[in-house]
Amino acid sequence: MNTMLRFTLEWADWLNLFAQYLLLSLLSIGGAISTTAEMHRFLVDEHHWLTPSQFNASIAIAQAAPGPNVLFVALMGWNVGMNAGGWSTALFGVLVTMVGILLPSTTMTYLAAQWGHKNRDLRPVRAFKSGMAPIVIALLFSTSWTLASSNSVDHGEWKLWLAAIIAALVIWKTRVHLLILLLIGALLGWFGII
Amino acid sequence: MSSADNKSCCQPKSPADLFFSFTLLALQGFGGVLAVVQHNLVEQKRWMTREEFIEEWAVAQIMPGPNVVNLALMIGGRYFGLRGALAALAGMITVPLVLLLLLAVLYAHFAGHPGLAGALRGMGAVAAGLIGATGLKLASTLKTHPLGQALAVGFCVLGFIAVGLFRLPLMYVLPVLGGIACLLTYKKIKP
Repeated sequence: MNTMLRFTLEWADWLNLFAQYLLLSLLSIGGAISTTAEMHRFLVDEHHWLTPSQFNASIAIAQAAPGPNVLFVALMGWNVGMNAGGWSTALFGVLVTMVGILLPSTTMTYLAAQWGHKNRDLRPVRAFKSGMAPIVIALLFSTSWTLASSNSVDHGEWKLWLAAIIAALVIWKTRVHLLILLLIGALLGWFGII
Repeated sequence: MSSADNKSCCQPKSPADLFFSFTLLALQGFGGVLAVVQHNLVEQKRWMTREEFIEEWAVAQIMPGPNVVNLALMIGGRYFGLRGALAALAGMITVPLVLLLLLAVLYAHFAGHPGLAGALRGMGAVAAGLIGATGLKLASTLKTHPLGQALAVGFCVLGFIAVGLFRLPLMYVLPVLGGIACLLTYKKIKP
């Protein structure tokens, strides 16, 4: 975040930002993270509202912090607002992006879930829920794989892979508290061991 | 784990219970909440069984929006309608959001420190393992899948190859692979 961006946002710009996130929300099958490429195009390349390093830091910090990953969207809104003024515009940016990314998808999910639950005894509904199970589990392994490989992409290090695999086995087979493992991971990383 | 000691027996007491439960959940979930949600709701609170969890998650996954947020919304809505859905959603987002903004302000001051980047990387590796472990735990449910264990595992492996290894877009993999799996399951289960 060395290079600073300074600009002002008109109401039309805020509206544009809001509309963009409403649209991304509808496209975000598989989670908001699956639309990050599109966010990068819009925020960094097209409008220059974020620097590339602000964009990457928004994702990295949200990944490392507690809470759902979608909060990286809030950090992007925060940084856009900060670039466009100060604390108050930053908070407004959080509001615009988070409401935008959540409103369409939550409404649709709520309605679909209510319908599905009312009709849960129908054969197609049962077939869908049960039939999707192997794919759902496959997606979990894929996410794990993607995260592990994107971590080690800059460093190409087998140590990060090893850490991820050991962590998986320990969590699978023991009852060690997750925070302890994260702390160990943070310390190993801090001292450059992994 | 036998199915007998993995029955859902309990449920949230009130929307407030949902709010606080999901707030606590979200605060424990570094690098994604899903693994913690599974552990907490299925194995500790027992609001749902592993099978129910996967079923709900299939819907949460197929709908647009963050999966974990969708899941919270659906569980809240199941017990207390719209009030419950909003309570669970608010619990998932509010406190973690405030915390995250504080972290971002702090980070802006210390961004240059090399140890910090290393620590983020180390935590990322553990988080990746965490999600893999969740997959391993849930994979035990494939033993009793209507398609039979072998075929169910086969679909799981194919899905991993398509999405994890080849990075094919979900919008193709889910309808094709998921569609075939659902169709075969439809034929297997009793009307």
